[in-house]
Amino acid sequence: MDAKDILGLPKTPLPLTQEKKPRPQKDSQRKPDGISREVYALTGGVPPLMPSVDSSQLKKRPPTDEKITWQWLPFTSSARKDSLQLYHWVRVVNGVPPTGDYSFAKYNKSVDVVKYTDEEYEKFLTDPMWTKEETDQLFDLCERYDLRFIVIADRFPSSRTVEDLKDRYYSVSRALLVARAPSPGDVSGNLLVKEPYNVSQERERKRALSMVLSQTKQQERKDAEVLAEAKKITESRMVARSAEEPELPVASNSGLENVEKAIMPADTISPSSNAHLPSATVVPSTLMADNASTLASLRLLRVYLRTYALDQMIQAASSSAGLRTIKRVEQTLQDLGINLKPRVPTKAVCAEHLELRKEILTLLNLQKQLQYKEAEGSSFRDSTYETPGTPKDRMFIPDSMSFGVSGERVGKRDQKRKAPGRLTEAPSSPAQSKRPRKLKASDL
Amino acid sequence: MILNKMLKDVEISVPIVYGNVSFWLGKKASEYQSHKWTVYVRGATNEDLGVVVKRAVFQLHSSFNNPTRVVEAPPFEVSEAGWGEFEIAITLFFHSDVSDKPLNLFHHLKLYPEDESGPMSTKKPVVVEVYDEISFPEPSEGFVARVQNNPVVTFPRLPVGFTLPPLVPVEDASRKRRGDTKDHPLSQWFLNFSEADELLQLAAARQQVQAHIAKLRRQISVIEGQHQQSKSISDQ
Repeated sequence: MDAKDILGLPKTPLPLTQEKKPRPQKDSQRKPDGISREVYALTGGVPPLMPSVDSSQLKKRPPTDEKITWQWLPFTSSARKDSLQLYHWVRVVNGVPPTGDYSFAKYNKSVDVVKYTDEEYEKFLTDPMWTKEETDQLFDLCERYDLRFIVIADRFPSSRTVEDLKDRYYSVSRALLVARAPSPGDVSGNLLVKEPYNVSQERERKRALSMVLSQTKQQERKDAEVLAEAKKITESRMVARSAEEPELPVASNSGLENVEKAIMPADTISPSSNAHLPSATVVPSTLMADNASTLASLRLLRVYLRTYALDQMIQAASSSAGLRTIKRVEQTLQDLGINLKPRVPTKAVCAEHLELRKEILTLLNLQKQLQYKEAEGSSFRDSTYETPGTPKDRMFIPDSMSFGVSGERVGKRDQKRKAPGRLTEAPSSPAQSKRPRKLKASDL
Repeated sequence: MILNKMLKDVEISVPIVYGNVSFWLGKKASEYQSHKWTVYVRGATNEDLGVVVKRAVFQLHSSFNNPTRVVEAPPFEVSEAGWGEFEIAITLFFHSDVSDKPLNLFHHLKLYPEDESGPMSTKKPVVVEVYDEISFPEPSEGFVARVQNNPVVTFPRLPVGFTLPPLVPVEDASRKRRGDTKDHPLSQWFLNFSEADELLQLAAARQQVQAHIAKLRRQISVIEGQHQQSKSISDQ
């Protein structure tokens, strides 16, 4: 079709004139209105079952009763103080040029900078660090540059820091405001009065920011390590014997000021907690440490919910277990018909629940141990010269002790048995499971 | 006499139940008020929580007028009408001799029944209650003295030789407003929470697990024995 067009009628692909000129012989093939034939061909040349876009939405043409011309006309802007006349292209409708101000004039906003008389200056605004001349210059610049202090600092004749300029400006404004107000109460709500500009704080803040910004990657890593260390230390401070504990490593990079501030409250808590905690809590094993530190941190709270305490204890008990193990514990609980969160969490119930969870953890560990042992056994049988492969190779052995918890099979990770747990069923005979099963297709 | 010493070995627990009761308004329901509900915190055995709790603040959804509802005396509850379910934050403030730190609870307001297929009734409400216990690990002597015979708290078994401070009689024993919820209008819908069932379940589960553990240990030792044997054979 295209070849014919090229050779025949040299029509344009754009439909600017298509609607106006009737083309009966093309109609059967050109279905769409408002999109070009080539574009239509992209969709397969067949009309869609439902119109995806309403064709009247496409290519809105200006209403034909309006006559549009463009004219080069002069204009003035209310944003200008002089009456400069400039020229620009204007869209004229039916010979009527548009009225109204220059459309961008509304963006000409400026800041209200206070103005003081000489008298007021003498009375309220004198300062040993600033001459009147400098102050006047400052205010003039503030007005001209709309309180853009970076620019003002640059333009200021004598070199002053941005913070100095800001300080002077805000204190003058505040003093004027207070002086001019009929009573102090009136202006106490004004932000200038309520939250005065704090030069030293600003200086510190900017210094800290620039330090953080200019940190090298090396320093960032070190900081992260120190933070993690600090966190661990605050946690271990919950346990007794904080007197002998090492001092918090003071951050070598000052960007950690916030961290130090956060650690300080922890410092104040731990001395008081020591008075309460029993003296002899030197903890030998990690499990005891977990328990003791959890208990200690709970005591510090002074008031807490039993369910919260249980959660903390559970977390402490499973701190050494991976996510998969925790899921298996929960699965086991469900199979045993126990609520993951006790319905009536009394002290006794919570204690029992916790013990049950710990016992299940022991159970799962023993299961794993048994698997390893059985795997080792089969390797001995097969060949005494072969070194045992990695445990992962041996996970074809079915988990014979499961309550319905899936054994570790390669490929199938979180398979949950839908059938009710086999709690009372005797496990399959151990002798059978000693031989490694050949991996069947059904296992995958 | 204010007893300020903190007792280290006495832990006071206050069993509470919190939740909501919601009634469908049926014919009287409008688009924005389809249910009438009450969210509350009560003593688990319906005793007066006012002995422990000074005030409760319920933070409702921001679309309610004055969404922060402060309740200065028991029963600690807020009743409202609405159509939506949302999370309510309940903050409990305690008397000064109990704790100077407040405690937060969170409850998801439930208006519609779990089983959506059944017909909604204006007579039978939707009730969701959660049991929990507020634990005070080191209560002040004053607090202990004040509540030692009060059924709203539970004491652990006190260690031998421990003497409780003398009982301080509670002032204004005859309060104008009842703090306990035993005869509360909604009390017929309150649920019962008994630890006995749960304890039995847990004990049974523990037994099973312990039995399996024992079995596994036996099996492991058997296998270890066999390994020893085969090892000694192959070594020869």
